[in-house]
Amino acid sequence: MQDKILELIIRTARELGEDELSLGGDLDADTRLFGADGVLDSMGLVTLIVAVEQAIEDELDESVALADEKALSQARSPYRTVSTMAEYAADQLQGG
Amino acid sequence: MSSPVTLITGTRKGIGRHVAEHFCKKGHTVIGCSRGESDWEDENYRHFIADVSDEVAVKKIFSAIRKEHGRLDILLNNAGIASMNHSLLTPVKTVQRVMETNVVGTFLFCREAAKLMKKNKFGRIVNFSTVAVPLKLEGEAAYVASKAAVEGLTNVLAREFAELGITVNAVGPVPISTDLIRAVPKDKIDALVGRQPIKRLGEMDDVINVVEFFVSRSSDFVTGQCLYLGGV
Repeated sequence: MQDKILELIIRTARELGEDELSLGGDLDADTRLFGADGVLDSMGLVTLIVAVEQAIEDELDESVALADEKALSQARSPYRTVSTMAEYAADQLQGG
Repeated sequence: MSSPVTLITGTRKGIGRHVAEHFCKKGHTVIGCSRGESDWEDENYRHFIADVSDEVAVKKIFSAIRKEHGRLDILLNNAGIASMNHSLLTPVKTVQRVMETNVVGTFLFCREAAKLMKKNKFGRIVNFSTVAVPLKLEGEAAYVASKAAVEGLTNVLAREFAELGITVNAVGPVPISTDLIRAVPKDKIDALVGRQPIKRLGEMDDVINVVEFFVSRSSDFVTGQCLYLGGV
């Protein structure tokens, strides 16, 4: 599941493209999304989270909130990298 | 351009129904919701049953809009409930119910709408306040507090959504004869109307006039405003 979501996040980010995300380059699992050295500004992160939520709903037919209280209150943000975001989404989908 | 996709909350009766019928006639694709079944129909109208403060139910409406239309142009956050009672006689349950519907409901619909609207870099959101806020009406503490919160939301969301091409404004109607004021004694309504510079009850068309102004494509430089009727 996590691999599938990882691939979905990367694909979603590519589809959003340069205009909407102002990405400096291409993404892989270890790309730092947000925070120090992150490739996204705050609106870019918001845009990506919303697009990933919608893509999960479209492709997996499941409603998931990536920006829930748990995500926002964790000491280590689940939005650090593409793979931590995928891990968090997979966790949410499995009822975590 | 294809016809606008317009979502209106609280469309079973009152202002919401009137506004929904108005936009159906204009050829918009109108999606409405209320807690109960709708007793009116139109070929351009689709009704959902949902409590506006129920996040799961609200997300289902937006999911359906996204799948069927792929976009949303206009959101009118009309659904609202009032509580008219002295604060010393107002149960906390009533306060919670008013806040849930008026504040949480408006917030949820704005949030989900903006996610859809941002794709086209275009959106018009109109929230519903009331002249009871600037008139500081006694006997409506919970209602006024909830609508003051709606105005606060309107102001902040107008800023947050500006870069997404979405405007967020509010209309503040005077009393109109709907179910909301049916139970209010006539002398209270007369006293309230007496505090308006223009002393008459509001009409549905007064509200529609303001809504039409806010949702117009030409109003792209108008956001974060609350327009009160009757000169209040």
